[in-house]
Amino acid sequence: MTIALKSTNLAKTFDIGKRLIGPPRAQVHAVHPVSLEVKTGETLGIVGESGCGKSTLARMLVGLTPPSAGTIEIEGKALNRADPAAFGRLIQYVFQDPVSSLNPRKTIQQIMEVPLRLLHGLRGRALDDRIAELFDAVNLRPEFLTRYPHEFSGGQAQRIGIARALAASPRILILDEPVSALDVSVQAQVLNLLAALKSEFNLTYLFISHDLAVVEAVSDRIAVLYFGSVVETGPAEKVFAAPRHPYTKLLADSAPVVGKPLGGAQAGELPDPLNPPPGCAFAGRCPRATDLCRAEVPDLRPVEGDQFAACHHPLDP
Amino acid sequence: MSLFLKLLFRNKLAGFGAVVLAVIVVLALLTPILPLHPPNATNTANRFLRPLSDGHLLGTDHLGRDLLSRLMWGTRLSLAVGFAAALVAGLLGAAIGVMAGYFGGRTDNVTMRGVDMLMAFPYILLALAIVAVLGPGLLNALIAVAVVNIPFFARNIRGVTVGIAHREFIDAAKLAGMGHTRILLTEVVPNIVPVVVIAMSTTIGWMILETAGLSFLGLGSQPPQADLGSMLGEARSALITAPHTSIVPGVMILLIVMSVNLLGDGIRDALDPRLRSGALARPMATTRVERAEAPVPKGDGLLRIDELETQFQVGPRIYKAVNKVSLELKPGECLGLIGESGSGKSVTALSVMGLVASPPGVITGGAVRLNGQDLIGAPYELLRSLRGRKVAYIFQDPLSTLHPLYRIGDQLIEAIRVHEPVSHAQAHKRAVKLLEDVRIPNAAARFRAYPHELSGGMRQRVGIAMALANDPDIIIADEPTTALDVTVQAQILALLSDLRRSRGLAILFITHDFGVVGQLCDRVAVMYGGRIVEAGPTADVLAAPAHPYTARLIACVPELGGGRRVMAAIPGLPPAVDDLPPGCAFAPRCEKAQAACRTGEIALQGEARKVRCLFPEVAP
Repeated sequence: MTIALKSTNLAKTFDIGKRLIGPPRAQVHAVHPVSLEVKTGETLGIVGESGCGKSTLARMLVGLTPPSAGTIEIEGKALNRADPAAFGRLIQYVFQDPVSSLNPRKTIQQIMEVPLRLLHGLRGRALDDRIAELFDAVNLRPEFLTRYPHEFSGGQAQRIGIARALAASPRILILDEPVSALDVSVQAQVLNLLAALKSEFNLTYLFISHDLAVVEAVSDRIAVLYFGSVVETGPAEKVFAAPRHPYTKLLADSAPVVGKPLGGAQAGELPDPLNPPPGCAFAGRCPRATDLCRAEVPDLRPVEGDQFAACHHPLDP
Repeated sequence: MSLFLKLLFRNKLAGFGAVVLAVIVVLALLTPILPLHPPNATNTANRFLRPLSDGHLLGTDHLGRDLLSRLMWGTRLSLAVGFAAALVAGLLGAAIGVMAGYFGGRTDNVTMRGVDMLMAFPYILLALAIVAVLGPGLLNALIAVAVVNIPFFARNIRGVTVGIAHREFIDAAKLAGMGHTRILLTEVVPNIVPVVVIAMSTTIGWMILETAGLSFLGLGSQPPQADLGSMLGEARSALITAPHTSIVPGVMILLIVMSVNLLGDGIRDALDPRLRSGALARPMATTRVERAEAPVPKGDGLLRIDELETQFQVGPRIYKAVNKVSLELKPGECLGLIGESGSGKSVTALSVMGLVASPPGVITGGAVRLNGQDLIGAPYELLRSLRGRKVAYIFQDPLSTLHPLYRIGDQLIEAIRVHEPVSHAQAHKRAVKLLEDVRIPNAAARFRAYPHELSGGMRQRVGIAMALANDPDIIIADEPTTALDVTVQAQILALLSDLRRSRGLAILFITHDFGVVGQLCDRVAVMYGGRIVEAGPTADVLAAPAHPYTARLIACVPELGGGRRVMAAIPGLPPAVDDLPPGCAFAPRCEKAQAACRTGEIALQGEARKVRCLFPEVAP
C-alpha cells in the first residue's frame, strides 16, 4: 500500500505577545514533533480534547498554517503550495462549523463554482453538470443552489461543505470535527454519507474528532493526541478496547455510556501550555506516574504489533 | 431593498432626515435651471437688503449679491465636496483597513502605526497643514478633509476585516485555489460593504462641517465662488448689523448636517443585523404572559409544570417552542429532559422562572407550580426572590454567564448577599466554602481569580457553586457539560451526582446525550418538536424505548466498543416549530407512520411510563 500522507517531526510553535522588533514574549508549543502516516484509502482517526493541537495539526497538513519544523509529504512529494490549483486537487479540508465555512454573501451556486473554475477550469454546461453531479452525491436538492448559507440547517450546510471539498476531486480529505456541530440524528446521516463517498471516490480520510465513539466507528487506525503529542496509535478496534496509554484509558472510561456507573472522574486538567512540565505531560494526572515520567519525555514506541504508546509504563491489555 | 426601506422608515426621525435631505439635494441639483439671480453679480447699491425684500427673497450680502442664489449654489458646492470627501476617505480608508486586517502581521503593524500617527494630530491642525502645503482652494480642502478622515475608516474597517479574515470560508477559498487579490475582492469586500456604508453615512455630516470650517477660514473656496463656509466667513464682519447674512447659511448647514446624521443613524440601524434582530430592544424583567386561565393542578410535588405553552411571536410567525408540556419534579429527584436542538427543552427550563426573553417570547398557557404556588404571571418581586434562592440555574457556557470583569469570589459574594443580609466577611467565608464544596483546588487563592484565568471545567464548577450559593431546592442544569471535554465532563457529572445526594437537591437536567442521562437521572422525558413524546424511569426508557423517535435516536448514538460500522440514521430533519404538521410531529420521518398518525391530536398516555404514539414499540 502506498502512503498518501506523511508527516515527519511536524511541529508548531505559536508566539505569544509579538513585538514589532525583537523576540516574542513567550512561546506555546501547540504541536510537539508529530510523525504520522496515512495509507491510501485508509481512514486515520485523530482524537483528543480541546487544546491538544489536533486542529493545528490538520491546518498544517493542508498548508493553512505554516509549520515551525518538520516536513509533510503528500503522495511521496513534499508539500508544495506554489501551484495552488495542483495542491487543491490533492488535498481538501472539511470545516468544523458548517455555516461559518460558507461565505454569507454568496449563493451556494457561487460557492460551488469557485473550486470547479479555478482548480479544474470548468465553464458553462460542464460546470453546471458537475455541480448537479456533486449535489446528487451528497443528497442535496438542486434548488438549494440559488439560496444563501443562512437558509440551511447545520446538517445541510455540512453537506454543502463536503460537496465543495469534493468539487476539487481531491485524493485526500481532512475532516476537522465534521459532525460535532450537528444533532445526533443528523450526525449519523453525515457519517454514513462520508463512508459512502469514500468508497465511491476512493478517498483517503484524516478524521479529527473529540468523540471517541464516532472516531472508532469510522476509522481504520486511531492516533490519540494529548497536549500536542501523539500518545498512542494503533488499529481502531484495539486502541479503546485495549488501551496501552493511561490517558487513552481515561478517555475511554470517561465517555458516558448507558448502564455504566459514573466513572473516570479523575482530578486534574491539562498542564499550562505557557509553562509545560518537564517529562510526560500526563504525569500530573496519571495514577502510574513515577519519577522517570516526571523527568523524561517518553518516546512513541511499539508496545505490541502495530500499537504504539508514548509511555514509560504502558498498561497491560 | 424594500425591507431595508421599510426598516429605515420605521425609524421616524430617519424618515424625517431622509425627506429633508432629499428636498435639499433635489433643490441643489435643480439650481442651474431655477430662475435665480446670478450668484456672483454684485450690486453695492443694494447691499445688506433684509430678507423678504423686493426681488431678493432672502436679502443680499455685503456686495449686494442675492443670498438665495448664493445659498443654493453654495449648498450645491458644499454637498458635492462633502460627499466627494466622504467617498474618497471611505474608499481609501477601507482599502488600507482591508489590507492591514487581511494580511496582518508586520503589514498590519506598520500601516496601523502610521494611521495612529495621523490620528494623533488635532484634525483641524492637520487639515490646515495639508492646505498650507497644497495651497488654498476647494479641491485642496477636499483632499485635506478626506485625508484627515482616512484613519477613522481605516481603523473601523481593519477591525471588521480581522474578524472576517479568520473565518473559515476564507480558508476554504484559499484551498479552492484563490489568490489573495481574488479573496480580497470576492470574499472579504462584499462582507465589509455594509460597514463602509454605515461609517460613511454617519460621518458625511461631519465632513461637510469640516469643509465648511476650512472655507470659513478662507482656505477652501475662493471668492467670488460661494460655498456655505465662505458665506459664513464673509458674513462674520456684519454679524451684528446684518445677522441674516450669517443665519441663512448657518441654518442651511444645520439642516444638512442634522438630516444627514438622522438618516445615517437610520441606515446604521437598518443595516446592522444585530440591531435588526432586536438587540437594542431591552427584554422585560420577566417573560410576558398571555394566559386565559391556569389549569387545575393535577397533583403536588416540589415543582409541577402543567400544560405549559411558550411561543415566540416574530412578526406574523408564531413558533410554538413549548407545546403543552407537563413535568413533575419530586424532592431529591433528578429528571432528565432530552431532545435535539430546537426541540424546546431549554425554553421549557427558562419558562419556569420567567427567563425567556420577551419580546419575542410569550407564555400563552399552562402553570408552573413551586410547592403549589403558581409562578406564571407572578409579580416580578416574587420571581426575583425565588430565582437563585429556591430554583437556581446552571448554563452551558460558564464563560458567558460569569461577568468577565469581576473576580469569581466577588460574584459569589454578590449572589449570596442578594438573598441574605449577611456581612461581607461571613459571605466571604461562605463563598470559599462553596468553592471547596465544588472541589476547586486551592479555593482561597482561586477566590481572587477572574473567569478567564480558569479552565472550562473550573469555570463550570464556579457556575455550580454560584447555583448552590443560596441552598436552592431545585437546580435546573441546561446542558452544563456540553461545552466541556469528556474527561472534565465526567468530573462535573460526578460532582453534581454527589452534591445532589449530600444536599437533597432536585435536578432538572437538560441534555442531548443519552449516555449522560443514563448515568445521572432517575427519570427521563424526551422532547420532539416542542412536545414530550415519551417519559418514564430512565432505565426502562433506555432499555425499551416505546416511542419510535426515542428508539431511533438511541440507535443513532454510536457507542464505544462497537467497532467500524454503518450507523443508524433518521432520514429528514426535525420539524420547524412554526409549521408543525397535524398529528404526530415525527410522522414524516417515521417508518411506522400510518394515516391515523397524520391527523388529530395524539395524547400522551400512560402512568409511570408515558408515550405519545398510536403504534408504540412496546406497550407502555
